[in-house]
Amino acid sequence: MNGAGPSIAFWVLAAVTLIAGGGVMLSRSLFHAVLLLILTFIGIAGFFVLLSAEFIAMAQIIIYVGAISVLVLFAILLTPRAGRYNGETKMLLPALLLSVCLAAVFLFVIRDAAWPRVNSEPHFNTNQLGEALLSTWVLPFEIASVLLTAALVGAIMLARTPQEEAEDALA
Amino acid sequence: MVPLENYLVLSAIIFSLGVYGVLARRNAVLVLMSVELMLNAVSLNFIAFAAYLDPNKVTGAIFAVFVITVAAAEVGLALAIVIRLFRNRATSNVDEAATMKW
Repeated sequence: MNGAGPSIAFWVLAAVTLIAGGGVMLSRSLFHAVLLLILTFIGIAGFFVLLSAEFIAMAQIIIYVGAISVLVLFAILLTPRAGRYNGETKMLLPALLLSVCLAAVFLFVIRDAAWPRVNSEPHFNTNQLGEALLSTWVLPFEIASVLLTAALVGAIMLARTPQEEAEDALA
Repeated sequence: MVPLENYLVLSAIIFSLGVYGVLARRNAVLVLMSVELMLNAVSLNFIAFAAYLDPNKVTGAIFAVFVITVAAAEVGLALAIVIRLFRNRATSNVDEAATMKW
């Protein structure tokens, strides 16, 4: 990973991601916001590839771009008149101030800290990742799967229509 | 090679964009999308730290996997709540869902 390639890729991806992310915040149309959000996710997946974490990049594209964005699109289509409330709250100015201050604090800390240098090629081994996930991290892994199941069952329960609930009560 | 600081600055900016979105937007779906943006910035940070500072390079990726899992669970539940809110109140404006606000 030497030469100008990675840094050109970094700046191009950074421009795409930041413009798309800013577009999500500024866009009036819910639909455009989702499309820009998908672009942001793809940009971040590009950064994962640049950091040699190909597996995470694939997971990012499959889950965020493939599943989460489609879910959000479904929610937008199922709430037809919800697009009317796209403006900002009364708290626009404090929110802007807070996020700018937060970014300033982050930038100050990042500039100020002396990050140790480990001069090695960034390289993620997917075999190693799978082994660690099912040995050292097996308990969090199982808890995550229980959490996911519980969340999805809860989502189905929440999203049922009253008729479906009445039918289930009879059955 | 791109320095680590570039990734940290980038993810800090994305995270702040997400904070702004959560606090300032009125549509519940847009608030949710901003939360997703913040989670994504955090996993970018984990991966960058793992790639540059962690000698065995696995822990950061594991955290990113868990972040993605929790994000999927969260988005499923939250969209179900949005749909429910819309069905009961015909709105997805977070300012109008204030019944439990003290």
